[in-house]
Amino acid sequence: MSSAPLDPQHPRQPLPYLKLLLALVAFGAAWRLTEMQPSALFAAEGRRNMLAFIGGMFPPDLSVDFLQRMLGPLLTTIQLSIAGMVLAILIGLALALPAARTLRFAGVLHEVALRRRRRWLLAVLPYAGARGLLNLLRAVPELVWALIFVRAVGLGAFPGVLAIGVAYGGILGKIYAEIIEGVAPQPLETLQSTGAGKLAVFCYGIVPQALPHAVSYTLYRWECAIRASAVLGFVGAGGIGQEIELSMRMFNFHEVMTLLMMVFGLVAITDLISAAVRRRLR
Amino acid sequence: MGASQAAPSQKFFTSNTAALPPSAPARAWWTWLLALGVAALIWWSFRGVGVDLGMLLGSESRRQMLSYLLDLYPPDLTSATVRSALWGSIETLAISLMGTLLAVLIALLMVGGASRALTTSGVLFTMPGAGRGRRLTLLGLSLLARGILNILRAIPELIWALIFILAVGLGPFAGVLALGVHTGGVLGKLYAETVESLDPQPLEALQATGAGKVAIFLYGMLPQAAPHFLAYGLYRWEVNIRAAAILGFVGAGGLGKQMYVSLSLFHHHQLLTQLLALFVLVTFVDAVSTWLRRRLS
Repeated sequence: MSSAPLDPQHPRQPLPYLKLLLALVAFGAAWRLTEMQPSALFAAEGRRNMLAFIGGMFPPDLSVDFLQRMLGPLLTTIQLSIAGMVLAILIGLALALPAARTLRFAGVLHEVALRRRRRWLLAVLPYAGARGLLNLLRAVPELVWALIFVRAVGLGAFPGVLAIGVAYGGILGKIYAEIIEGVAPQPLETLQSTGAGKLAVFCYGIVPQALPHAVSYTLYRWECAIRASAVLGFVGAGGIGQEIELSMRMFNFHEVMTLLMMVFGLVAITDLISAAVRRRLR
Repeated sequence: MGASQAAPSQKFFTSNTAALPPSAPARAWWTWLLALGVAALIWWSFRGVGVDLGMLLGSESRRQMLSYLLDLYPPDLTSATVRSALWGSIETLAISLMGTLLAVLIALLMVGGASRALTTSGVLFTMPGAGRGRRLTLLGLSLLARGILNILRAIPELIWALIFILAVGLGPFAGVLALGVHTGGVLGKLYAETVESLDPQPLEALQATGAGKVAIFLYGMLPQAAPHFLAYGLYRWEVNIRAAAILGFVGAGGLGKQMYVSLSLFHHHQLLTQLLALFVLVTFVDAVSTWLRRRLS
């Protein structure tokens, strides 16, 4: 094959338009399935409804009485997000340690290989289990978790805390594991060459490198948790979300606007705090 | 300080370390205060929501949860439930796809206005021909576009869904609109930031050849930005598949609607089937998206 007819960089595709065709078919099917009707947006009745809703939101209800009444739910939302995040961090850490490949069976810490059976029992099995559990926790959205926990332990803030803790624990665990796997190996090798044991390598080599990233990501998730805890109220987990749902049901759209502004403000404040902490970490 | 008295040959070392002693105790002091503050905040939060460790780890709630979870088992694997869960998954997948596409469309339309690189600064604006009035118009346009994106982003999908249900009625179309509008706000911001952080050299090179603004945009900016645009779109698709399942709870169809019915009517075994379907669906979308993103980079 001295005169290769094919450019190895661009192997000839058997059906050049196959991908395009597939994409078009998928698009058409999705269009049908989702009952897309762009014209419905401009139909008189729908437009009137939507404008009435949006118009009804202005001006926001800024009466002292209402704001005072909403102070409690506002604080509940903050508390819900913090308590949920504490639980999420605990779950995340507990699952990240077995789910980080470099702590289990690969990398600097494991150059002396275990015997095969011990390797399976102590390393690969916990790893696979933790990864699977993390995927499961992550796959189910926090609102669904909240609904399940409402059924399991009753209404109130408790199912909200559990929902954020479990859903975000899955996300944090995965990210923590990736951060641990991603630390630079040179400092670990340096420590090891001084005769440090595995625990010492973990404490003085991995933790200092991983901590800033982990903290920064956790803060970002806290922001998401505030937004989420506002939504979780819809299913009875208390806080601003519950008030939004109530006001919506009563058609008090002025109040909805105020509450949305509160969520917006909360998220903005969280954003400022986490940006400040991130700057200090750097 | 020690640094000023040190011999010149030692100055390099001493001046380096001299900066540390005053700040180190101060930093430790702050760290402790911060830790105390965080601890107080956590204590306040747990008290406020009325949850304590006993509830989290106690036998009562554990028993409650365990018995509920055990009630879910086994999943309902009769063909009717499985078929409808499958159908719901496909519908949720379709909602997430169309919603993300709509979001990309919105973001692409808005990025022209929202990105500073296209309106107020950067290579395009070192060129002659931009008068003061024109600049002000562009600045106003940019502020308006950013404001709109902020609003789109600030309102959660769920609220958007309620608004669109009023407008177009119950059904997946409302879900698509809700996802598209909220995600459009998120992607619009990300796209604008991408365009602002492009490598300016190819743009300047194009400019040097005498290319006009449109040509610079088409041949300099778009080729650089497109892979990022696609990657962000795929990433949001992963987020949206979960969101699409949630939107079903307020009447936007798909798997979420079925789960809502099962939850309300205590059809535990069907719920487990639907949860499993959701798990498979989300894992599938994550895998496809990761694979596509890896191929892109």
